[in-house]
Amino acid sequence: MRSNQEKTAAQPAQAAGCCCKGSTEDELMSRLDEIIDEYATIDGALVPVLQIAQNLFGYLPKTVLKHISKRLNIPYSQVSGVVSFYSFFSTTPQGKNVVRVCLGTACYVRGGKEVLSAMQKALGINVGETTEDRVFSLEVGRCFGACGLAPVVMINDNVHQRVKPTKIRELLSPYREAKEEGKEDKGC
Amino acid sequence: MVKITLNQNIIDVAPGTMILEAARQNGIDIPTLCFLEGKPPLGACRVCLVEIEGGKNLAAACSTPAQEGMIIHTNSKRVRDARKMVVEMLLSEHEGDCQYCDRSEDCELKKLAHDLGIREPHYEGERPRRLIDDSSPALIRDSGKCIKCRRCVTVCNEVQRVGALFPQNRGYDTVIGPAFALGLEDVPCVQCGQCAAVCPVGAIMERSHEDAVWAALEDPSKHVVVQTAPAIRAALGECFDFPAGTLVTGKMVTALRQMGFDAVFDTNFTADLTIMEEGTELLLRLKKVLVDKQPAALPQFSSCSPGWIKFTEHFYPEFLPNLSSCKSPQQMFGALAKTFYAQKKGIDPANIVVVSVMPCTAKKFEASRPEMNSSGFKDVDYVLTTRELGRMIQSAGIQFEELQEGTMDSPLGLSSGAADIFANSGGVMEAAIRTAYEIVTGRELPLENLHIQPLAGLNGIKEAALTLEKVLPEWSFLEGVELKVAVAHSLSNAAALLDRIKAGQAQYHFVEVMTCPGGCIGGGGQPRFTTDEKRRARIQAIYKEDEGKELRKSHENPDIKKLYEEFLNEGPCGHKSHKLLHTHYTDRSQQKDTE
Repeated sequence: MRSNQEKTAAQPAQAAGCCCKGSTEDELMSRLDEIIDEYATIDGALVPVLQIAQNLFGYLPKTVLKHISKRLNIPYSQVSGVVSFYSFFSTTPQGKNVVRVCLGTACYVRGGKEVLSAMQKALGINVGETTEDRVFSLEVGRCFGACGLAPVVMINDNVHQRVKPTKIRELLSPYREAKEEGKEDKGC
Repeated sequence: MVKITLNQNIIDVAPGTMILEAARQNGIDIPTLCFLEGKPPLGACRVCLVEIEGGKNLAAACSTPAQEGMIIHTNSKRVRDARKMVVEMLLSEHEGDCQYCDRSEDCELKKLAHDLGIREPHYEGERPRRLIDDSSPALIRDSGKCIKCRRCVTVCNEVQRVGALFPQNRGYDTVIGPAFALGLEDVPCVQCGQCAAVCPVGAIMERSHEDAVWAALEDPSKHVVVQTAPAIRAALGECFDFPAGTLVTGKMVTALRQMGFDAVFDTNFTADLTIMEEGTELLLRLKKVLVDKQPAALPQFSSCSPGWIKFTEHFYPEFLPNLSSCKSPQQMFGALAKTFYAQKKGIDPANIVVVSVMPCTAKKFEASRPEMNSSGFKDVDYVLTTRELGRMIQSAGIQFEELQEGTMDSPLGLSSGAADIFANSGGVMEAAIRTAYEIVTGRELPLENLHIQPLAGLNGIKEAALTLEKVLPEWSFLEGVELKVAVAHSLSNAAALLDRIKAGQAQYHFVEVMTCPGGCIGGGGQPRFTTDEKRRARIQAIYKEDEGKELRKSHENPDIKKLYEEFLNEGPCGHKSHKLLHTHYTDRSQQKDTE
């Protein structure tokens, strides 16, 4: 799920959890600085800058957030407030695949919570955590705009509809296999 | 004008007036827990709901403008039931241990629940995790009591431009606080306590020193002296239901004596001393520039307000050389109590305990600064806010209203009217100019009642200019110089002023900054709830105190003269002064937030 703001950015679309392989931290920081320069004078620059930063780094490390706070002259408490408000943002390194179980109203009433607990069981992690092998991260979504398909689970950019708690393992298996086939990154 | 019907009364209000304001202008109170005078409404607490005929839902009065023909009910059953439900839901997540809470006397939530007739818990269920942040020397936050009204967020960000507090997380998990659950000590918080002053409940409080002070008073081996800041005498009465602006100087002195303090002194004394030191420092800087043609940091900034000092250290370190090196009057007092006074009385300074009563929470932080120990001992041991002193007087069983008027002890108790006005915005500057003008020209400041009108009042940034003419021969380098000064209160105004100075858009010789709106009379430790009306009343009381004194100028204070003769015998800014009364500052801009 990508917002319009992100599409206008110069950065290529990347799967969540995918760092730019080969780039050093300094190179990523200087790319971030270029982006901030572009956005610095725009009102409401914070959310798009955070989105781009998350794509660059794969997640939002605190050093990056402090840097953004300083460069945009926005208090760190506010940056952290915005990051923790939106479930899309993550401050911990993401797994190769990000699983988002929707708990928006429609999904919730159609069993989203049961899907979530089945997913937690299958992955052995809680919301906001990443599996030890770094293959999966688990997040909660707040409506993907696909309420007619509830309950919905998004894995990376793929929407899975009418998910049943009993079918979670089957749902995950193609993503596990992709890992075993080879460790190539996509889209960097 | 817009015509509306408010509870059957037809009234006219200015276009754009919010319903809440319209109602209050017409003698109808609508309760609210998040509204702050003069700030854009948030509509966060949902307590100010009113019924508008024809409207489907109830509307928040704070953020709904009155419109032509509106028929509004502020007290219908529907409104009362809705308000009750909102408050019951707030209570369901509120740590309601009222009997242990410092706010039980003036808690807005408790009062509202009572007024709405809530007599038993209605909703019970899961509660968010309670987080207590006691990392800072001045303030303690308790998320269990927080009702997320966001008043503190508004003052921290908009009034003070500090930005330490902001809502974190979302929905049920929302907490108000610094980034990532950091403590206030670990972020650039200036400890001004304006958050604690506006909090409707007990979620942000000063760190209490009451027990420690009682213990010192009980200890026969300790000689406990107390100093009270000028702003206390114009506000302490409010703790005992006197109207705002009642001067209680004499009763306060008697109460302190009855509590058991060995000597009752006045921070005013060291306010007069500050004028001598800070005024001399300014004249030395001017001399350096005008006579020696050497660079000196101008404008000089006042350094009495510890929140402002920490603000500069965090956010404008490039201006640190501009800060006067004078300690604040509180710290000067502590240093003198443990040297000059100890010698005079023949008491081992190790056994002297200095307690100060301040309108301020940042003073607790200031007293804890490690460099504040030039006497060889901690300058100031404990700092009580006005509220804490009020509680202590109450708990001692002292009938404050009935007390006789007492007078301060010597030698640290006598002060001029110039010291009194340190309590309000513009006062330090006026006091400085009263003395500086007279020293330089040999004549009294030629203004009515010695007041500099453009520097008085509640405007955020105030300016004045004064040309020095017919100066005394030793000050000939100042002949014809137009002395330019500015005054700011609230750190957002201070920041705006600094930005203008930095951009070269404004030039001054001397700038006074007070951290809190209105100055110390509006400090974070004053009795709640400080409105502009109360600020004006307290300021008026302070001017009355000033005008009622025979001594109006710091340099005329005979005890100050004696101090320079007997103890600080190299005069203002001499070696001994520098050691005891001056300090240095720390660049905190690179201070790393603790992960």
